[in-house]
Amino acid sequence: MAQDLGWKELPEGDTLKAGTAAQFHTGDWRSKKPVKDEKTCINCLFCYIYCPDSAVKVQDGKMIGIDYNYCKGCGICESVCPVKPVKAIKMVSER
Amino acid sequence: MATIKELSLQEDRLTGGHRMCPGCGAPVIVRQVLMAVKEPVVIVSATGCLEVSTTIFPYSAWKVPFLHSAFENSAATMSGVEAAYTSLKKQGKIKDEIRFIAFGGDGGTYDIGFQSLSGAMERGHDMLYVCYDNQAYMNTSIQRSGATPRGASTTTEPAGKVKQGKVMTRKDLTECMVAHNIPYAAQSVCGDWRDLTKKVEKAMSIRGPKFINVLQPCQLGWGYPMDKTVELGKTAVDTCFWPLYEVENGKYTISYKPKDKKPLVDFLKPQSRFRHLFKPENAQLLSELQADVDKKWALLQKKAECFGA
Amino acid sequence: MVQVVAKTGNEAMAEAMRQINPDVVAAYPITPATEIVMIFSQFVADGLVNTQYVPVESEHSAMSATIAASAAGARAMTGTSSQGLALMYELLPIASALRLPIVMPEVNRALSGPINIHNDHSDTFAARDFGWIQIFSENSQEAYDNMLQAVRIAEHPKVKLPTMVTTDGFIISHCLEKIEVFEDDVVKNYVGKFPAYTNLLDLKNPVTLGALDLQNYYFEHRRQTAEAMKSAKEIILEVGKDFGKKFGREYGFFEEYKMDDAEMAIVCLGSIAGSAKSVVDEYREKGVKVGLMKIRVYRPFPAEEIASVLERMKAVAVVEKADGLAAKGGPLFDEIRSALYDKKKKPSVIDFIVGLGGREVTHKHLNEIFDELKDLAATGIVKELIQYKGVR
Repeated sequence: MAQDLGWKELPEGDTLKAGTAAQFHTGDWRSKKPVKDEKTCINCLFCYIYCPDSAVKVQDGKMIGIDYNYCKGCGICESVCPVKPVKAIKMVSER
Repeated sequence: MATIKELSLQEDRLTGGHRMCPGCGAPVIVRQVLMAVKEPVVIVSATGCLEVSTTIFPYSAWKVPFLHSAFENSAATMSGVEAAYTSLKKQGKIKDEIRFIAFGGDGGTYDIGFQSLSGAMERGHDMLYVCYDNQAYMNTSIQRSGATPRGASTTTEPAGKVKQGKVMTRKDLTECMVAHNIPYAAQSVCGDWRDLTKKVEKAMSIRGPKFINVLQPCQLGWGYPMDKTVELGKTAVDTCFWPLYEVENGKYTISYKPKDKKPLVDFLKPQSRFRHLFKPENAQLLSELQADVDKKWALLQKKAECFGA
Repeated sequence: MVQVVAKTGNEAMAEAMRQINPDVVAAYPITPATEIVMIFSQFVADGLVNTQYVPVESEHSAMSATIAASAAGARAMTGTSSQGLALMYELLPIASALRLPIVMPEVNRALSGPINIHNDHSDTFAARDFGWIQIFSENSQEAYDNMLQAVRIAEHPKVKLPTMVTTDGFIISHCLEKIEVFEDDVVKNYVGKFPAYTNLLDLKNPVTLGALDLQNYYFEHRRQTAEAMKSAKEIILEVGKDFGKKFGREYGFFEEYKMDDAEMAIVCLGSIAGSAKSVVDEYREKGVKVGLMKIRVYRPFPAEEIASVLERMKAVAVVEKADGLAAKGGPLFDEIRSALYDKKKKPSVIDFIVGLGGREVTHKHLNEIFDELKDLAATGIVKELIQYKGVR
């Protein structure tokens, strides 16, 4: 990471490699975290498509978990989860 | 159109680790737009929430080429990128098929960037301009813009003892873009992934200038719980506050007609920016706002009838 | 190899642009630079260039599109004047921060207000702190030569800075002169291929350009640009010397006219040097040891080099077509005096602000300036430090 480089070492021209924010973690912003119920999840992927933080992990069309490095705990995933009567994603306190 | 599973197969082009607020609609829009593009894509963004929060040096959330230069010039900037591409391609120096998408918030699009956008659309560059419209200058703490709806309280046109928030009706930018006679102009929302990705797919199949105005609920500026972004977007559409439609070569199509058009208060009530409207003395204003929505919805339906399929 | 033709300043610059054959030009018309855009548009219409021409709706968009095209790996140019340049001001430091070697002809015209279309240097001087190399031209030939050299300077790996080449509005831009123009292939070889240091369209190495710098990075990036401007000095000289070898006209930071044995000097920029040289000749005939220094490169400012020539003088008169409205003389005066500060022997330096808004600088004005300079050299007494010459 280029952090704290001096002007002589820093790449010139306000240029950054793409995607370096992946190394920056925003997980500590959370006060609540989403927890998925493996048994009831129907893999509709609404949580994936509406996640602002690219924190819902999907593999081969299946929701496989939350990336807590990025998840800020907004709760959109829970809110859009269509599973009834109990949602397959619940927000639980970090404490 | 692609299913959600198909969309999920492509690697995310925006990483986590950006500094947008929790529950922000803008990165949702960006992710959905980029999911819907199959080709390589180059991004330009205006200064704004999206740009500052996704590119705090040395961390960029963009996995695709990204350029920012200033606030009011994302369309002109994209004009330059597209011109370079066209030139280099003609000279055989580039082989790839590349798509170009410019993002701007409503401040950078309706207001300070309006001229730049108008010029770029008129010149016919091959680009898609996406406005993430959260109806105020949110990055600098909720100042009013040309997109702020009448009655909304903002920090530069607040509700007070003698004024009830914004006095004027918001600018209808989508119609301004229609008036540019571009091949494709549309309105979509953060809250209907199918609508947005479908419109982006269509836009990508068209060469020339395209514009999509996407309503983006903002938990901070609108004042609602952060998990309700998607829900509120849907309500904006169900109340016809923000109709989903597209205009392809002058042909109007309403993308979604609510079976039961909900009352506007369903959209206004959950948001603190409209809280003052629910005082008894503002009943008249509230009914005027409803009448305005009804009038515009009727007009849009008329347009779809007259200039539809 | 060389063709002698009659060209106005604008025609000479447009011709240089045709021969440079940039990948992208984004431009907007403005008096007195409009012709550059018009002539170039005709080149495009006649298929004489490979350029993708973007007829933008403002200078702000012209510079935005030019920056973007350059960032996308294209050799990109625009051209402007006065209010147009002022509308670009916001973007000029962005071009230098992104280290984009854009070359831009700039026709010097007085800044509004009041609105005026004629020549002075207030527009270019006001853009002196934006990290652009600024090269002034005395005539059409220099304008043409400077345009070609600007490409080599801007695109040099040690520089990578945007460069503006200026002429004086109407006085040069619209004045027909005999100039030497090189063959297209000669120019093509001279400018070479565009080295795309920055390439937004490189899909294999995707980059983010124009990221937000906070307190922890802005300073370092600015420091880099400052260093690039310093490095540009050496390259400007190198390119000027090489140009002389190749084409017979050598260029430096400034031109010294009869300075070898001079005891006093006039310092000026641009077209005024032509008339001032003839006045130097007159005074030389009268036995007055006066010389002239015509500044060609205003940014980077060759302070050290200027000072080592001027320190030999008893008196110096700065003659400039701009007033910084700073209550302390024009910008050039400021910098010349500052450059001399560290010299043991310092000449007296006085300032003459002339020709604002295209006001003619007459022979009589120059005579008065020379007389005063002569007195100053003889007595060492400064009667008036800053004077406005030619104002009612």
